[in-house]
Amino acid sequence: MSSLSIERGLYDFKAVIDAPIASYFSSCVHCGLCAEACLFYVETGDPKYTPIRKLEPLRRVWEQEYTIVGKLKKLVGLSKPVTDDELEEWKELLYASCTMCGRCSQVCPVGNDIAYMVRKAREGMVSSGHAPEPLVGAATRAVKIGSPMGVKWPAVQNQIKHVEADTGLKIPIDVQGAEYMPLLSSMEIINFPEYLGALAKIFKQAGITWTIASKAFEATNAGLQIGSSDIERELVVRVVDEAERLGVKFVIGPECGHAFNAIRWDGPELIGRPYKFRVLPARHGRDQLRRHAGCRYPQLVLRRRRRREQHGGVRAPPAQGLRRQAQAAGGGRARAPGDGVRQLPADDRGGPRALQDGDPDRRSHRDDRRAPERGLRRLLEPRQNANDLRRQGGAGGQREMNSYDRTLSR
Amino acid sequence: MDFLLWVRGPAFDVAVAIFLIGVVARLFEILLLGRKPLHSEPKGGEFGNGMAEIFKRSVPLPDIVKRGAVTLVGGYVFHIGLFITIFLFVPHIELINSIFGVRWPGLPNPVVDGVTVVTMVAMVVLLVHRLLQPVKRMLSGFEDYLTWVVTFLPILTGWIAYHRLVNPYPLILGIHILTVELLLIVLPFTKLMHAFTLFLSRWYNGAVYGRRGVQS
Repeated sequence: MSSLSIERGLYDFKAVIDAPIASYFSSCVHCGLCAEACLFYVETGDPKYTPIRKLEPLRRVWEQEYTIVGKLKKLVGLSKPVTDDELEEWKELLYASCTMCGRCSQVCPVGNDIAYMVRKAREGMVSSGHAPEPLVGAATRAVKIGSPMGVKWPAVQNQIKHVEADTGLKIPIDVQGAEYMPLLSSMEIINFPEYLGALAKIFKQAGITWTIASKAFEATNAGLQIGSSDIERELVVRVVDEAERLGVKFVIGPECGHAFNAIRWDGPELIGRPYKFRVLPARHGRDQLRRHAGCRYPQLVLRRRRRREQHGGVRAPPAQGLRRQAQAAGGGRARAPGDGVRQLPADDRGGPRALQDGDPDRRSHRDDRRAPERGLRRLLEPRQNANDLRRQGGAGGQREMNSYDRTLSR
Repeated sequence: MDFLLWVRGPAFDVAVAIFLIGVVARLFEILLLGRKPLHSEPKGGEFGNGMAEIFKRSVPLPDIVKRGAVTLVGGYVFHIGLFITIFLFVPHIELINSIFGVRWPGLPNPVVDGVTVVTMVAMVVLLVHRLLQPVKRMLSGFEDYLTWVVTFLPILTGWIAYHRLVNPYPLILGIHILTVELLLIVLPFTKLMHAFTLFLSRWYNGAVYGRRGVQS
């Protein structure tokens, strides 16, 4: 990311346009139905959030570079080139207003995969220097430190120590020839260490060998989030190198939708060859549909904003009954400072609920023994939750969690 | 009479040629961009799911029906109406038969007449909706209104000709054919091209998600 410029951005816009994108732009009839599926539009009613409009810069590049009419228009000076200012304006639309949940891709009557185009358009946003600061920070940390949240191996080791003390089981590290290699998201390392404990128990019961890779424990892929295939590839390669060096048969992707997509689907395309191992989802064989439920973060933020503004009731979530399993699990929206959201609670009906610091609900959520299942935990310990473990885990876990909170609120 | 001969003769040939060459060129323009090879282990088939999506996409998801009622109902009515007026009107079938030598049964003229009126009403409703609904108004530009006009004119002039509302008849018939030629010329280079690329788009969409083993 040495020389970011509008020229490079436009070059990347040009480079990402493939047959599907050309077909999608050719097919759009401006019916506006994608807006009705977009939670940003439905919650705000502002037409600027119409999904296909978020691709206007990319569409113009396509028209000017790849269509007969567009080329003619360009010749006679009738076309409007995409400018730096415009991309700066579109930054909010392509990043802060899209989680790539894919609802628009599901409802488009002509079949346009708009979420796919948003992902591709971000390539040009990154290389033109219009990616949001917090994401650039996260991507930089991911590349330099190894984790977007700044979680380093010692922090994982610390959690492993607590988990080992709690469960009495050894967490294998860098074991050559182990069968399974689970990846962890920062969230699982810091806030939900019981995930690791549950894995240890399951693997022990099943009598399967497994290992955590000290050089590739982090599953979060900031490259996918920011929309840079270079960074995404770099982060995927770390996992691939370690998995293939250790000779594991399976890599288990994390609960996190975007991280799973990065390692499962984007990875082989980025490195240009199939893996020597298979990638499995964390909920492999069970509840696979819910794994794709998508990131609820934006609904949370918007609703919270609304509530703040109106002090009124909260509208029912938009398009909630849409087939959720195909939402490609997001991978779009990173937390930005100032949003003030620290965790993603879900209420009993499966909808999002905005909780603020000091909110009594926030406390009760943490203590809620009937909280929705998280990953593999409930398989073994239906009644144990993060809080119990944290209490048992002692000060170490608590300290880590605080530092995590700090990271988010920074 | 000269006018009618001209629109039926040279003008028609030119319009059809532009239409055919335009559509083929546009399809090549799209397909030649290609796709990157895929290396990830597939979870489902691409081809079958893509083909299925071409049909499945015609049924809107229940959730969107209420929010997009005007667009969906209007869109369905006018597309079906367009199909009936173009392909099930006996004189049109005769024309196609005279060129390609194939024929199929048509609908009684009064039925097609009624359908034509309904189609025009649906199109006017959609135009008004486009002008009033904030999202559609924001998305719409010159091309959106141009394509509406070139789609509407053949229906209107055809209906006027059928009812002999303008005399002499050859004049209005000529105007009707001329508007169709205009539509043919405009189609490949505007969003009307979706009549063809729709199949590509739906296929790609269904294939991508089908390959990942999730519903599209």
